[in-house]
Amino acid sequence: MFSHTFLLNQLWKIQHEEGYLSDKAIRLLSRQTGRSWVDLEGVISFYHFFRRKPAGRFLIFLNNSILSEFAGFPEVLKAFQESTGAHLNQTDPTDTFTLQMASCIGLSDVEPAALINWRPFINLTPEKVHHLIHQLKSGTDIDDLADRPLSDAYPNDEENKRLMIRPYQEGMAISKLIRMSPDEVIKEIMEAGLTGLGGAFFPTHLKWQSCRNQADPEKYIVCNADEGEPGTFKDRFLILKYPGLLLEGMITAGFAVGARQGVIYLRGEYQYLIPKIKDAIRHFKNEGWLGNDACGIPGFDFDIDLVIGAGAYICGEETALLESLEGHRGEPRPRVHYPTERGYLGKPTVVNNVETLCTAARILEQGFEPYLNTRHPDSPGTKLFSIAGDCLYPGIYEITWGITVGALLERCGAVDPYAIQISGPSGELIPASWKDRMLGLHDLRCGGSVMIYNRQRDLLQILQNYNRFFMQESCGVCTPCRAGNYMLSVQLRKMERGLASTEDVDKMNDWAKLMEYNSRCGLGQTAPKAIIQAAQRFPEIMDQHTRTKNAPFDLDLATSAYDRIINELR
Amino acid sequence: MKKVTFYIDDQPCQAEDGKNFVDAAAENGISIPSLCYYPHIDPPLATCRVCTVAIGGQPRAACSLKVSEGLRVQVNTPDLIENRKAILELIFAEGNHFCPACEKSGDCDLQHLAYESGITYSRFPHTFVDRIVDFKPERLVIDHNRCILCKRCVEEFVTDSGKKVFSYHRRGGRTEVNVDYELEAEMSDKELTRAMRLCPVGAILLRGKSESRPFGDRKYDKPESQEAIPLTTPVEKPVVPAKKKVVATASLAGCFGCHMSMLDIDLGLLDLIELVSFDKSPLTDIKRFSRHVDIGLIEGGCCNSENIENLEYFREHCDILVSVGECAIWGGLPAMRNTISLEACLEEAYLHSPVTRNAQHIIPNHEDIPKILDRVYPCHEVVKIDYHIPGCPPSAQHIWKVVQNILFGTKYDVIYPEFKYD
Ligand SMILES: Cc1cc2nc3c(=O)[nH]c(=O)nc-3n(C[C@H](O)[C@H](O)[C@H](O)COP(=O)(O)O)c2cc1C
Ligand code: SF4
Ligand code: SF4
Ligand code: FES
Repeated sequence: MFSHTFLLNQLWKIQHEEGYLSDKAIRLLSRQTGRSWVDLEGVISFYHFFRRKPAGRFLIFLNNSILSEFAGFPEVLKAFQESTGAHLNQTDPTDTFTLQMASCIGLSDVEPAALINWRPFINLTPEKVHHLIHQLKSGTDIDDLADRPLSDAYPNDEENKRLMIRPYQEGMAISKLIRMSPDEVIKEIMEAGLTGLGGAFFPTHLKWQSCRNQADPEKYIVCNADEGEPGTFKDRFLILKYPGLLLEGMITAGFAVGARQGVIYLRGEYQYLIPKIKDAIRHFKNEGWLGNDACGIPGFDFDIDLVIGAGAYICGEETALLESLEGHRGEPRPRVHYPTERGYLGKPTVVNNVETLCTAARILEQGFEPYLNTRHPDSPGTKLFSIAGDCLYPGIYEITWGITVGALLERCGAVDPYAIQISGPSGELIPASWKDRMLGLHDLRCGGSVMIYNRQRDLLQILQNYNRFFMQESCGVCTPCRAGNYMLSVQLRKMERGLASTEDVDKMNDWAKLMEYNSRCGLGQTAPKAIIQAAQRFPEIMDQHTRTKNAPFDLDLATSAYDRIINELR
Repeated sequence: MKKVTFYIDDQPCQAEDGKNFVDAAAENGISIPSLCYYPHIDPPLATCRVCTVAIGGQPRAACSLKVSEGLRVQVNTPDLIENRKAILELIFAEGNHFCPACEKSGDCDLQHLAYESGITYSRFPHTFVDRIVDFKPERLVIDHNRCILCKRCVEEFVTDSGKKVFSYHRRGGRTEVNVDYELEAEMSDKELTRAMRLCPVGAILLRGKSESRPFGDRKYDKPESQEAIPLTTPVEKPVVPAKKKVVATASLAGCFGCHMSMLDIDLGLLDLIELVSFDKSPLTDIKRFSRHVDIGLIEGGCCNSENIENLEYFREHCDILVSVGECAIWGGLPAMRNTISLEACLEEAYLHSPVTRNAQHIIPNHEDIPKILDRVYPCHEVVKIDYHIPGCPPSAQHIWKVVQNILFGTKYDVIYPEFKYD
């Protein structure tokens, strides 16, 4: 019987085979799954990448994140339009190219970037685009043209504190499991002081322990590989570089909590990583590290499945992710139960970020002492940062918690930095002058994304880009986020047109706080943060866009439509 | 079940352990606004967020809380009241809620909550998104203009074999609720009526059976709710002023209904002219201001360039400017065109309409006639407006009580049935 779980994989399969999800396909799925038409339409329309209409032979998704904008997005978009003959969100007359935009696709260090038939194309310029499209038209195999996005990786500058970016020997971590009890594994993780590296910093051992304590014998380990926060690409790096380490982390978690099944939820933007993961899983099965009596531990049966997301940032939120895994719209669940109590299919579930699981495996492999030895009094361990924007050496950095903002800027060769976005648009917008502030649990928390803006960058443009991102990505379930983001966009547009009074800016701030206070999940609560912080931390920039007195009504604009219509008639 | 003691704004209350907080508060005489909350849907939907309360300063949706011994919740602090009011205003601004044209008016939970919290206008710009009215279902009509996306229908209507009858479609600001046409056709009349009742607003309608009770006799029109709305204080005797105050009025893109309503105080008019005199107004037919006036009452929003000039002229000459009625406040019925492009409006009116008596088929234009604006603007988006009196039209009592209060500091009291959006 076809279960409604993994519906996403099924939809992908149909779409890859037929190019889109036709009425016929939905009817068939409806029969197979016992779900109504309107229900399936609801799921399909939630995800940006699912299509109900045929696309051209080449489906292009150009990234519109702020770093892409600053790296030349407008020119590249124009080049795509000219060379393909397709308008945005449309297919060209010959049905060859379909051109669309996508929120950050995890290639921030090599912007502008695009996905064409789900393969990455990086460092785009108008010339490169024209050449590329020409090649595609003349029949060159797309796989020969696609780029290989392996970011530059910078191991920890303190040699004795290299925990993650270091040589990896497969099977080392899980080979320890056979001599340990689940409690000992959890104790090891606790002593290391590992906290969730997906951005929420929840102590990992508590999560595992809570799941372990549940009476229900059916438990799940879910790896959150949705990496949707603009500016972050560390999980992509980890999967590309150490896929085995991730599997070892999942096996470790499975052993610790008593789960039999693991699932990796990989964002649709990273489809080119599927072979990597599948190969690793196959290899682990051959080695006996997955399957029955996994890792040679009698009675420990553990398998890992892969589910592919389809373009929804909100699915990184753990309960939305679980909804999505179950084949529903990715709407966060109301906070009534923790996933460790009732998660996937209502069963106790651990949801961990890719990096958290990889780090758990590293801790097991090397013991917790090295992890502790890196210790800043309040935040042990190291962390991967994805650094991009206005710096000479964008890429993946392993840092020791406690590093100062100043030192970080120096390490990546920041050029005339003015503002830094830490942890992505939902995180902290700080002035580059906060040189002595530290990155760590005790000061500035960072989930991995670091975007550097130089003095020439327009703060208002940044805020408008974030705002569009959140409008695009809000799940739409709760009022403050669904409507609030739009209201903020109106005020930002007023500022852009030089028509905002100080009163308008104050209103925007109030509305931003309203969203922060009332939204149902983390997305809506954090979406307006950058606006609030910009007003607090960059008042001089906000003032430049603000009139002190009430602006007059823009009669010219309001009558321009009428004038145009009358003129056209004449 | 065991009774427990919990605290609302430090007042001890009692209810069964584990009871939903909204219900428990109601049992203790404290009503917390709620829209999506529907008692037996568990876990609660928690989508509308109008029920926000706080525990130790941290916001929580009241509908998702359960009472327990010693629970302390802040409910009616000034900040929380204002916060909930803002969310309600946001809901109004997001949809197209033309109360005067709505079948559910008087029975609508959203409208009722807005009265109760004394909303006179929305602080947010209306989105005026073009939403459809779906007539495709056999017997239901789904009016997306009014849907507040509470999700009740989505959760509640599932067939015996577990199929969803309603579902959300798309996401973010483009989210809408769709009904499954095949399943809808199979539903019984009883089920369909239940769907209509379940919807807190007028988004789900059953053809030929929109509402059984007439206006004036509906759920929220009933006498029990004849209490004062929160923005009011008890009536005191008017102070007779030493000097007459001057009033001016204007009708912009309105229907003159508000002016008719002003006249509806009947003999009260005789008392009124003891207190005030009129300057520029359609009531006096004075065309230009002859002096600076104390208060200007504006009916109607701005649909053309002349309205804008007129409104700016009023702002210059009035100390206090009041938007009277829905059209002035947010566009009202004329703003129904705001979801349609100006081009399409003009073409329909002057070129394609079968009833246009306009042999030349031209869109009127001349330097002497005002230009039509791209959409109808509420007055407060054009000039600063000091007060808003809602209603379509507002009752005469409501208008003059507010005016006297503004001019003479007379304390006044608007009772529930006088306070209307329709
Ligand atoms: C809007 C939103 C998006 C999120 N996106 C991600 C994500 O892409 N990857 C991730 O690991 N965690 C994401 N999270 C955090 C997850 O909800 C969850 O805390 C995390 O997966 C837990 O794993 P950890 O404890 O290992 O960090 C997101 C949270 C929110 C509110
Ligand atoms: S805040 Fe609300 S609308 Fe926004 S993503 Fe979360 S649940 Fe959805
Ligand atoms: S149609 Fe009515 S019940 Fe359904 S979501 Fe909209 S407002 Fe709620
Ligand atoms: S009633 Fe609580 S969120 Fe809607």
